[in-house]
Amino acid sequence: MAAGARLENANPLIYGRSSERPLTAREQEEEAVDPIDTREIFDLIRSINDPEHPLSLEELNVVEQLRVNVTDHENSVSVAFTPTIPHCSMATLIGLSIKVKLLRSLPARFKVDVHITPGTHASEQAVNKQLADKERVAAALENSHLLEVVNQCLSERL
Amino acid sequence: MATDMRVAGLVEEFVSGQQDGAAKDLATGVVDGKYTTLEIVEALGKCLTNSEPRTRGRGVQLLSQVLLLSYSSLKQKEVEVLATFYIDRLKDHHLVIPHVLQGLKALSMSSVLPEGLAVAVLKALFQEVHVQSLLQTDRHSVYSIITSFMDTREQELKSLTADFTFGFIQAMDGEKDPRNLLISFQISRDIIINNYELGSFVEELFEVTSCYFPIDFTPPPNDPHGISQEELVLSLRSVLTATPRFAEFLLPLLIEKLDSDVQSAKVDSLQTLAACCREYRKKELKEFLPALWHSIRREVFQTASEKIETECLAALQGLSTSLSKSVIDSDAEDSLDTFLDNVLQDCKHHLCEPDMKLVWPSAKLLQAAASASYRACSKINSCIFPLLLEQFNKHKQSSQRWTILGILKVFVQLTQKWDRDEEDENPLCVFKDQLCILVFSALTDSSVQLQTVGTSTLAVLGSQQDLLSPSDIELTVDHLNRLILREADPQVCAAALDASMTISVIHPTTFISKMVPALTQELNTEPMEVKDGDEHLAQPGNNLHQRSIQALAAISTHPTIVKRTVPVLLQHLTNLQKGTKSDMAILTCQSLQLVAEHCGGAGESSQYFHQMVVPCLLGLAIQAAVQAERDCGSEVQHGILCEEQVITTLGTVISTAYSHSQTELASRTISQVVALYLDGDVSFLPENNLSRKFRPFQLPDFPWPQTQLTALLKAAVCSLPKNVLVPQQERLLAHLMELCCTSNHRFTYTSAAKCIAGLINKYPAGEQLDSILCDVLKKIDSGLERNAGDCSQSVSRSRVFTLLLWLTKSLVLRYHPLATTLTDKLIELLTDLELGTEAADGFFMLVSDSTDVLNKATHADIRIMYRQRFFTENAPKLVHGFHSASQDNKSNYLKALSHVLNSLPKQVLMTELPSLLTLLLEALSCSDQVVQLSTLGCLHPLLLDAPQIMSLHIETLVNKLLRLTTSPAMKVRIASLQCMHALTKLPPHVILPHKSWVIQALAKPLDDKKRLVRKEAVGARGEWFLLGSPGRKDYTTLANQNLTIEWEESGLRPSCRREAARTSLPEQAPECGA
Repeated sequence: MAAGARLENANPLIYGRSSERPLTAREQEEEAVDPIDTREIFDLIRSINDPEHPLSLEELNVVEQLRVNVTDHENSVSVAFTPTIPHCSMATLIGLSIKVKLLRSLPARFKVDVHITPGTHASEQAVNKQLADKERVAAALENSHLLEVVNQCLSERL
Repeated sequence: MATDMRVAGLVEEFVSGQQDGAAKDLATGVVDGKYTTLEIVEALGKCLTNSEPRTRGRGVQLLSQVLLLSYSSLKQKEVEVLATFYIDRLKDHHLVIPHVLQGLKALSMSSVLPEGLAVAVLKALFQEVHVQSLLQTDRHSVYSIITSFMDTREQELKSLTADFTFGFIQAMDGEKDPRNLLISFQISRDIIINNYELGSFVEELFEVTSCYFPIDFTPPPNDPHGISQEELVLSLRSVLTATPRFAEFLLPLLIEKLDSDVQSAKVDSLQTLAACCREYRKKELKEFLPALWHSIRREVFQTASEKIETECLAALQGLSTSLSKSVIDSDAEDSLDTFLDNVLQDCKHHLCEPDMKLVWPSAKLLQAAASASYRACSKINSCIFPLLLEQFNKHKQSSQRWTILGILKVFVQLTQKWDRDEEDENPLCVFKDQLCILVFSALTDSSVQLQTVGTSTLAVLGSQQDLLSPSDIELTVDHLNRLILREADPQVCAAALDASMTISVIHPTTFISKMVPALTQELNTEPMEVKDGDEHLAQPGNNLHQRSIQALAAISTHPTIVKRTVPVLLQHLTNLQKGTKSDMAILTCQSLQLVAEHCGGAGESSQYFHQMVVPCLLGLAIQAAVQAERDCGSEVQHGILCEEQVITTLGTVISTAYSHSQTELASRTISQVVALYLDGDVSFLPENNLSRKFRPFQLPDFPWPQTQLTALLKAAVCSLPKNVLVPQQERLLAHLMELCCTSNHRFTYTSAAKCIAGLINKYPAGEQLDSILCDVLKKIDSGLERNAGDCSQSVSRSRVFTLLLWLTKSLVLRYHPLATTLTDKLIELLTDLELGTEAADGFFMLVSDSTDVLNKATHADIRIMYRQRFFTENAPKLVHGFHSASQDNKSNYLKALSHVLNSLPKQVLMTELPSLLTLLLEALSCSDQVVQLSTLGCLHPLLLDAPQIMSLHIETLVNKLLRLTTSPAMKVRIASLQCMHALTKLPPHVILPHKSWVIQALAKPLDDKKRLVRKEAVGARGEWFLLGSPGRKDYTTLANQNLTIEWEESGLRPSCRREAARTSLPEQAPECGA
């Protein structure tokens, strides 16, 4: 497996990081209610590390704010992510990381849907199906090796 | 004979009795003249010739220890004899040698050592002793001997010629101890710097020191010697860069280390390169330039580390500077020219690539090279400007144009770095027209980013002397007017304000003729009347006024402009006083204050402020006050100039004017102000036909509109520089005291109290001050006494309390002895029914910086570290008070204590907190939110830095912190979640037992209604999830290295498993030894 030792996409295009969300006066008010919005969801997932590169998903443009949909009162979140290349073997792993991050960070009332941006991956259907299957996600996290990789993606960069 | 006996006794005690104390007794005896060294030597006689090396050693040890303590009182003859003896002893048994070295060390420090002996000592030392086989302390003695000889007997040592250098090289070769390395690096450096002969040993000296490069040293924890890697690195660097003769060896070494993978090695090499460029010239560098440039370029293009990039650029600048300083030979090529050609060639084409991937790195490299000298700059500029101008026109997208303009801006800035001769034309003149067209086109672009960078480029262009023509400047000001008054985006507007500020310094006339009128006109147009429901329209109108006011303040950089802008602002304030827009009045005052700050103390602007602005502002305020007083009782609303906030900001203008003023000017005008308040002398005010008298201190019933103007008096008299005396100070203080104890108007009596505090703080120490303070204390004591049945008492007690508080602060700041008495009174008040909470809050005021008086800006007498002193004096009292207080008052003590704790710098806090930990944990259960918040603030750094102590209280911490995550106050929730996050830094075995229920409990704040709270909850919960599970960064050592993963059971596709596992493994151990 000599090829396996090489990165699939060795020289990806790097995008800028968006600046920190500005603090509004409303957010500092004690009483005002801040609904969960797309930027908040995006902030949760943009700093996830890519499993291959020392870069975040945002820097690789795998996740974008406009591909995040959230309806707070309907308790639904949907995130579409775009693998850097159509044959990216990491797609499932990236999807899993996003999903786990959202499950850990959002209130339990939310239904979380993570899928591949339509038309950007060769085996889109199969990956989406796996990510939507609760049992399989749970089983994946039982696997300590897989959990390790996911946790590394979710760790803060040192 | 008796002394002989005593000496012999002590010697016997030391040598045979093994009593080390005897040495000290003997030494003191020698210093005092009781014994002589000769007597000791005679008494030692037998020991020194004993055949048993241990006994001989003990004898020499005694003698050496005596010498170490008494070397300064030795006579020359004694030193000579002893030195000869010790030199001979160097041949002795290895057990004796350490003590011999001690003795020689003592003698080397003697100032009467006869000439020639130093050389003899060193010769013997180099010949007889193999330094590296000695123990660390003994090696240190050798280095100490060399150092002290080098300090005092430089000429003698130089007579040894290169033998000395060689001897030293042999001595230090192979040294490993950091303490010894520091001293031997110092010696090596001195050898080079002080021109000791190196002879043929240049390379040897380089080898023996450079073998430590790059230094990789991690001090052991709790290192008592406190040697840091940094110290060693700097010390070694000073050796390596000490002489250009090392160049041929050093540069290849640096190039080699630059290619290594260790980041610290790269950084060290680059810093060393930059350092040696200061000494090196063309001759040393020439041969290695291509290789150095190659390495630097590679690092800048490839590195992800900002640190390395910065160091690369600094090194490149160093190279370029050094080449610029080299003398150009008439026949040889100009090496700077060749080098820059090289740089240009490698970077230029990246600027033209359509994908612009390496544009910024290339631009940075070019800028670093150009920033070295005028010559380098003009060479690079002449090549780069046409190219960038062309690129700008070629790219049509605004984001690309934004990049290019940003680069251009830096290059324009670079040309400003050097002073040109008068007759030299500005090198940018050739490109001026093109640049102007380009910048102006950027200013009218639709992209905000491009507009912003265009504006800042314009500022850089405009601040160049004799570059822009008058018509360009006029066009510039037109554009700025448009951006300030018509542009919607606040970012662009802010950039335009900055640009106006920069350019107005150089071109004041154009700003006076074009911008001031435009802004004035804007201020005078009433914003259009707004119908209900059209609120978004109301905003721009106000905004335009706001912007005009800000712009007027920004361009007040030149005295001639100040004279035009300030009247406009004052007029605007006068117009505003009839209306209701107090926020605009405040903004105007803030702008005036900004102008006052700009003006500083010097020159005509300051004078103008004192003669025109201060009287005008006082006049306005007094008129409004008198007016309000007449209307008192009627339903008419008071003018905005009677509002406390407006008066406070008026005060800041006056305060700034006085704190910046010169002595003479200030003392002239301050007497007018004091006379105005004390005697109602209004003659210096611009409009002084008042309908009623202004006598704030003397009217019978103290009408508040007048008395509250004490705030303005406070602003003036408390801001004076220390050397300006306040006239009629005693009378003023008496009146203020009166006002402070009788007024019922809160703002008035607070201002009066502050004024008293400000004056007392600067009052010269002495009897007069003591008698004043004595009177005040009596008043305070009687005022605070409680008198049952008097219902108006709570007001009067609260005003006396205000006075007490401010006076305490004033005295604490200047370390006055009475400060303790006053602080004790405050601590006593913590148990007071009415004033307890106020007193607790007062502690915050005591230890925090106040904005209007008693701060640095107003020249108050503030001793350094007064907070630490306050803490050490009062924390025990507060803790004691807390323990003995009843349940109701405990929270007051906690609050006071937590205010004091929060004001301390973190380093001090860390040493003090552990002793207060139980108290802090108790404070977490206190119901007061202020206490909770500040306690959390104290605990957070402790969790990170003192995990051992905190681990003992883990149960309590988790319970109490989790309870606080549901607090009604947002800030408490945030702080407690931050502490929950910090808890994960405690040792795993302590926190893991709590993991599952903490994760469960943290699910609740995930659904908090405030986003800021949710953010902290997400951070904390995420970190708790990672605890003890594989993949956490500091957990990698436990990760299974096995690559094959049983994939099928997890149900995911197997295609990526190999990579998934592989990329997850740690690439390499983070630390590499050198």
